[in-house]
Amino acid sequence: MPSYVIPDKCDGCKALDKTACQFICPNDLMVLDKDKMKAYNCEPEMCWECYNCVKICPTQAVEVRGYADFVPLGAAVTPMRSTDSIMWTVKFRNGSLKRFKFPIRTTPEGEAKPDGGFAITDDFDGPALYSEPEAAGLEKIPSFK
Amino acid sequence: MANFETVEVTTDLLIVGGGMAACGAAVEAAHWAKKNGLKVTMVDKAAVDRSGAVAMGLSAINQYVGLKDGQNTMEDYVNYVRNDLMGITREDLVYNIARHVDSSVHLFEKWGLPIWKDENGAYVHEGRWQLMINGESYKVIIAEAAKNAVGMDNIYERVFIVGPIMDGDRCVGAVGFSVREEKFYIFKAKATLVAMGGAVHVFKPRSSGEGLGRAWYPPWNSGSSAYFTLKAGAEMTCQEVRFIPVRFKDAYGPVGAWFLLFKARATNGLGESYMETRRPELNNWEPYGKVKPVPANLRNWLMRR
Repeated sequence: MPSYVIPDKCDGCKALDKTACQFICPNDLMVLDKDKMKAYNCEPEMCWECYNCVKICPTQAVEVRGYADFVPLGAAVTPMRSTDSIMWTVKFRNGSLKRFKFPIRTTPEGEAKPDGGFAITDDFDGPALYSEPEAAGLEKIPSFK
Repeated sequence: MANFETVEVTTDLLIVGGGMAACGAAVEAAHWAKKNGLKVTMVDKAAVDRSGAVAMGLSAINQYVGLKDGQNTMEDYVNYVRNDLMGITREDLVYNIARHVDSSVHLFEKWGLPIWKDENGAYVHEGRWQLMINGESYKVIIAEAAKNAVGMDNIYERVFIVGPIMDGDRCVGAVGFSVREEKFYIFKAKATLVAMGGAVHVFKPRSSGEGLGRAWYPPWNSGSSAYFTLKAGAEMTCQEVRFIPVRFKDAYGPVGAWFLLFKARATNGLGESYMETRRPELNNWEPYGKVKPVPANLRNWLMRR
C-alpha cells in the first residue's frame, strides 16, 4: 500500500535545504528527480505505509493509496499533523467523511529532558539506571537473591 | 566511480542504530559519559526522528509490569514470558529487561508521550501487561530525549553501517557509507553497542507485488544486528525463537488492542471460533497448554489446524 506523489502538487521542496519526504522516509524510498524537481517513491513494494512522508510534506503532495485488492477505490485516509495533535480525515467511497483528532504529545516540542526530572543516582556499579530507583517509583531496583 | 572521501570519527562509545533501543541507550550512556569526560556517538541509517520499528508510532506500550502499584511482581512477569514462549527463554534477560521497563515508561511520559488515564489517574491497560497511548509521535519524543542527551553533533544520520572493525577478537568500531554523500565512514570506538533491529522477510511473504511491504515488522529491518554481531564474535542467544505473528485477512497491523481491549473474537474460514472448538488440542501441549493466557504459538496452532 505505497505512498505516491501527486506531481502537480510537488515542488521538490525547492525552497528548503532538503527534500522533506526524502529526509524522513525510514526505508529511504523517496527520491527527488532533480530534472523535473518532483519526488517519487522509487520502490513501492517495500513501503510500510508509515505515513511519515505524507505527514511531513509541506505541500500535501503525498498520499497513500489503498491496496487495490481490498481498499475501495476512491477511499482515502489523510493526516494533518500539528505540533501537539493530529487530525485524521477518513473519506469513504460514497463521499462521507469522518474526522478523528488525537493528542500527540504533552510537552512543548524540543523540551524532552533526558532525566525526566527524576532524582539522579550516582551509583555506577549498582543495577539502577541513573534516574532509578525514583523513575521506577520504587525504593530500590529488584535483584536476584 | 565517485571519489569517496574517507571520514574518520574517534569516540568512546559507539551506538549503532537509531531506533527505540539505541535512543534509550544513548540517554543512559550520555549521563555517565558526561560525568567522566567521554564521548558517545550514535549512527542511524535513517533520520532518528522517524527511524526503526516505531517510525510510524504505536497505539500501545506492550510491556509494563506495574511494580510501584503492586499490580504484578517480577516473578509474575518472568512466568508469563516463560509460558508464552513455551519454556524457550533466558529468564535472567527477561528479568533484567522487566525490572527497568516501568522506569522507561515513566520517563516516556515525562518526555511528553500521552498515556491514557482513567478517572482516578491510573494508566488504562489494554491487557495485563499493556498500556494504551496516543502514540503517533512515540518515536519523535524518544528521539528528542536522545538528541538532547548526546547532542545532534554526535548523531550521524543516513550512514549505513556495513560491518565491525576487529582488532583480534575485540570489536573496536564500525565502518559504513553515507547514503546521501560520497563519504566512507570509519568509526573507531572503545566500546560498540549494537541495536540495529531484527530481521524481516526471513520467510517469503504470501503477499506479492506491492503487498511485499505488508509485513508486521518494518521492511527496512534487514538483519543488520545479527550480521554485525556474528562478524564481531558476540554471543548470540535465544536464536531458536522465531516470532511468526499470524495476521488477519486485509490487515497487517498489531492486533493486541482488538483482542485485549475490544475483546474481539477471531473465527477461521469455517466460521468456527477456533479458540473454543479446538480447545481440546491444548491437552496435547501440557504444561503450556494449560496456562493462561494461552501461549501465542498455541493460539496460532489452534487457528491453523
